[in-house]
Amino acid sequence: MRYVIIGMGVAGIAAAEAIRRQDSTGEIVLVGDDPHGFYSRPGLAYYLSGELSDRQLFPYAAQDFHKLNLRYVKGRVTRIYPVEHQVDVDRHGRLDYDRLLLAVGSTAVRLNTPGADLEGVVKLDHLDDARRIVKMARRAKTAVVIGGGITALELVEGLVARGVRVHYFLRGECYWRSVLDEEESQVILQRLQDDGVRIHFCTEAAEILGKRGRVVGVRTADGRQIKCKLVAFAIGIRPRTELAQAAGLDVERGILVNEYLQTSAADIYAAGDAAQVFDPLSGRSILDSLWGPARDQGYAAGLNMAGQQTAYVKSAPFNVTRLAGLTTTIIGTVGRGQDEDLLGIARGDSETWRQLPDAIVAQSGFDVNRLRLLVGEKRLLGAIVMGDQTLSMPLQKMILTGVDITPIRSKLLAPNAPIADVIADYWTQWRKEHASQQ
Amino acid sequence: MDIMSFQDLFRQEATRREVLTTGHVVPEPERCVQCGICSYNCPIGIDVRGHVWQGRAVKDSHCLTCGECVARCPRGVLSFQRTNLFDGRTK
Repeated sequence: MRYVIIGMGVAGIAAAEAIRRQDSTGEIVLVGDDPHGFYSRPGLAYYLSGELSDRQLFPYAAQDFHKLNLRYVKGRVTRIYPVEHQVDVDRHGRLDYDRLLLAVGSTAVRLNTPGADLEGVVKLDHLDDARRIVKMARRAKTAVVIGGGITALELVEGLVARGVRVHYFLRGECYWRSVLDEEESQVILQRLQDDGVRIHFCTEAAEILGKRGRVVGVRTADGRQIKCKLVAFAIGIRPRTELAQAAGLDVERGILVNEYLQTSAADIYAAGDAAQVFDPLSGRSILDSLWGPARDQGYAAGLNMAGQQTAYVKSAPFNVTRLAGLTTTIIGTVGRGQDEDLLGIARGDSETWRQLPDAIVAQSGFDVNRLRLLVGEKRLLGAIVMGDQTLSMPLQKMILTGVDITPIRSKLLAPNAPIADVIADYWTQWRKEHASQQ
Repeated sequence: MDIMSFQDLFRQEATRREVLTTGHVVPEPERCVQCGICSYNCPIGIDVRGHVWQGRAVKDSHCLTCGECVARCPRGVLSFQRTNLFDGRTK
């Protein structure tokens, strides 16, 4: 049996681990064209902020790859032949497969503002991008950051940490409007301003100005000019679907897969950012761009490829991030609508967060310790925990397992309710009562 | 500071010390993105990140329980918990 995995991100590696667990003799071929192989993409933010050396971003050592006993083919897959069960690999020729996994990830949406091809216009999508930014930040005194979501803030904070004066452009008056509420956005933006970031609300870049091919400034739609040597953007990501599309596989915004991570073609699977996964609960196919689900999907795909039928059960999306220095956990469904600073989905994002059924918002806390709950009829649908993280694990479990909150629902919805205390007390009691089942 | 809060503080400190001496660094793997800050900051070079990837508590006998990894993790993956040395799971 030959398993071919395209892509060396976390989904690809998790699939290889799962396959090897099931099948000790089958041949696993990992095909990838990333010169850096497997590294922590979310960790790029911490490399940018100087908390980490880039050498530290690689979770796998040589012996870890050795244990998986896989063959690495460095190259780019240019075509898939689903009927023949073959792929073309650049400079390596044709490769047969019995089972194929597409774990090809996603790519940053390009900025189409005039001047976007100038030297000094950067994104944070890859280790090479991060290294380029670190190098450029040594010379640039001022930068403009355009976009929304987690990556835009990673750019803002990373550049600030490197002593660059940052102008942050927002199209509206809020940050990450599709996930955060107005007050949460305000907390984040205020903290950025306290760190010296100049926030330009309702501002759009009309043109990136250049001289001898290099960025010298940005002209805004309302005619202002800001001098800068660096323009960083994060306006969303797009799943890499080209290969699948060319091979005739069913593709929407991502590569469509069922709950067993199978694509529309026999023996071809997809996982991670590239996959649009069927969620039996909502009956819809959903994109995630999160490390955790990518690993889980890769692992489930690997088990299925090796013959152990395993459904990928999509859990409540969950992400932990740091926004303007505040550890923030986002669980379940918390926001709504579109975000004018993003085209499509952002890294560290899940579409589920915006599939809001009728839910009532209860909130508490102040500035750095904030808790927002989305209270459904019988269970919690979502939560945002900013600052103090004591409640994030209980809330995650409560949302994930659909704990019945009927006994505390009215308490949570009472005006000025101490919701953190109500949750903490209820969780302690619930755990005691269910200790024997855990 | 009144007497009650002083007692609370004392109790907290005592609990903290007890956890440091009898506990281990325990991960919540679903929060982790394998950035490696934990391993980078471990003064004796324990592969904390590798433990988290495998969902294991750091039961390396060399661990000083100094708390560097717990404090530095930007995503709150790690915490000190009392663990049962013999069954490999957190209590």
